[in-house]
Amino acid sequence: MHLTITRRTQLATLTGFTAAGLLLSACGGEAATTVPATTAPATAMTGGAMTPTTMTGGAMTPTVGAAPAPTNTAVKVGSGSVLINGAGATFPVPIYSKWFQQYSTTVNKEVAFNYQPIGSGGGINAITAKTVDFAGSDAALTNDQMSKAPGLIHIPTVAGAVVPAYNLKGVTAPLILDGATITGIFNGDISTWNDAKIAALNPGVTLPGGDIAVVHRSDGSGTTNIFTSYLSAVSPAWKTKVGAGTTVNWPVGLGGKGNPGVAGLVQQTEGSIGYVELAYAVQNKIAYAKMKNQAGQTVEATVDSTVAAANGITVPEDFRISIVNSADPAAWPIAGFTYLLVYKDMNNIKDEARAKALGDFLWWSEHDGENMAKDLLYARPAADLSKKIETELHSITFNGAPVITK
Amino acid sequence: MAVMSTPGRLPAQATGRGATGDPAFRRVALILATSVIIVVIAMLINMTWESRESLNQFGLGFLVGQVWDPVHLVFGALPFIYGTVITSLIALLLAGFVGLGTAIFLAEIAPGWIRTPLSFLVELLAAIPSVVYGVWGIFILGPFLKSNVVPGLKATLGGTPFFQGAFYGQSILTASLVLTIMVLPIVAAISRDVILTVPASQREAMIGLGATRWEVISRAVLPYARTGILGALILGLGRALGETMAVTMLIGNRGQITPSLLKAGDTLASVLANQFAEAQAGLQRSSLVELALILLVISLAVNAVARLLVARAGQAQGAGRI
Repeated sequence: MHLTITRRTQLATLTGFTAAGLLLSACGGEAATTVPATTAPATAMTGGAMTPTTMTGGAMTPTVGAAPAPTNTAVKVGSGSVLINGAGATFPVPIYSKWFQQYSTTVNKEVAFNYQPIGSGGGINAITAKTVDFAGSDAALTNDQMSKAPGLIHIPTVAGAVVPAYNLKGVTAPLILDGATITGIFNGDISTWNDAKIAALNPGVTLPGGDIAVVHRSDGSGTTNIFTSYLSAVSPAWKTKVGAGTTVNWPVGLGGKGNPGVAGLVQQTEGSIGYVELAYAVQNKIAYAKMKNQAGQTVEATVDSTVAAANGITVPEDFRISIVNSADPAAWPIAGFTYLLVYKDMNNIKDEARAKALGDFLWWSEHDGENMAKDLLYARPAADLSKKIETELHSITFNGAPVITK
Repeated sequence: MAVMSTPGRLPAQATGRGATGDPAFRRVALILATSVIIVVIAMLINMTWESRESLNQFGLGFLVGQVWDPVHLVFGALPFIYGTVITSLIALLLAGFVGLGTAIFLAEIAPGWIRTPLSFLVELLAAIPSVVYGVWGIFILGPFLKSNVVPGLKATLGGTPFFQGAFYGQSILTASLVLTIMVLPIVAAISRDVILTVPASQREAMIGLGATRWEVISRAVLPYARTGILGALILGLGRALGETMAVTMLIGNRGQITPSLLKAGDTLASVLANQFAEAQAGLQRSSLVELALILLVISLAVNAVARLLVARAGQAQGAGRI
């Protein structure tokens, strides 16, 4: 039984396929609003023979030694029946993991948490699409993003420091850098370690003559946002040419994926400099530089200098503020808040138990949770900021009734 | 015979069954086959729709644009297309030679007791996950190249534009070498199978003419197996084009167009893996989807061209012009 294919049949079949294809893709719906949910970005891509099971770890953490928990794996804590879903920044994952764990074991055993560290941008996309209950973001939303997510509020949780981590053999004392030199290094103007500008800040230190290998983030990141905000604040040229954001067009440098990627590259490459979150540098024992801040003081990145970064800055009503390049003499210049994003009326949460649990968790984290911040090298909000946060938390409602009754 | 010209179809009389089983089976098979085609077409349509914003904004300039700036919202695909093509071509070149050599060895020269275990080991390379290759590349291959290979390369070929600049472990060279290892098993395994199907008569005829072993292989076996080997190379190229994890861990993630293999680069798959989750909805996301569309089109085009070439070569062979 032969099937003779006529021209007409061929044409009809082709039209049929295309029509079916159109139908199928139309049924796919508004794909723009869905976030590549729980798995790391790589799963969205077709790869030769990639095994799906390896996808949950973005890049393997190439850092040796006591690295922090691999931040690209989902944080699933607790065995309770009330499951609260969140997604977003990797910057605060160490402390959020601790909070989830403490809360679900000691405060309310009914609650379980599921937090996907897909990055600040991913978190913002997710909460805008209302696919999660809360989101974490190092970057405050822009006006444009706020207009797409009406009713979203920012709750500052902790502040963290971003440090310039470097790898220089033979230099034992911490290097001292300032805004101008850091900008020069990251835009390629300063290309050797023994450049006069670096030497001027480090008298008495013999700097090697090699090239500077710059390392930055290859993925979108709140850490990048804080760092580039600082560079934009100290250098108008950087602001116009490159700007600040979670992903920027870097003039020079190699890209590493995630804080662990950058830390790993710096550790492996002689003569390199990159920027990582303070906790990563400390736990992986990478040397990091001291900075000369706006007041001209040389400061080291510590919890105290991070707290000082928020001193004297008038925090607006909606808490959207950048605290880089603070004028305070004790302040670390490259610091930033990280936020939890929730809807003021919790209209993205369907049941009351979850809403109440989330509200209670937020209150707990801003009080008891903050006690754990110092050990993990994060700064808790100062007393007056804490009061403002309490007022904001009280304004969160579910079905019209306040969620937090404390 | 009429039956012979449609292999696989038994004439209705031979099965002895009525009209119920066969048509139903045919319909089911048809549905399954067409569903695959429909999914691919749906992907193309969906991605074109999702990238309409950047298609409108940049048009064809996107393909030649060299700047990828999410802050100023200027996007161009050329550095990534360049990176993808360069790494895949280098991988194909190296894996082609080594893979073909391996296949010839396994099929023609290896004694029986070594053939099976060695074939098995070569095929095992294909089973290693991409991420493992990436980690191996970061920790072992990169430092090895840096201390043992690159200084020698720079000393001898440093004058050429291909080996300029400082080498930091993560570069186009490292990524290409790891891709070579990933493509190798595909090329080797398929070529070996193809060479094994060359009829003994071809070899015997050549030997009868007084050829040496190498002449038998090069003049009788390889030309006969040419189309299959071409198919193997194209399949390998297909894998290299789409490979994501190993490449993104090893290529340095810097979208730039440079002839130097020691410098960093970036590929379409790698930039998608890095930036898609965090991409701001709007122009950046739609540009990334357009990159995905470009990658899909490149992959489909490569496969289509390969099929054409194989068909053309098959015709030439059939016509007796080997």
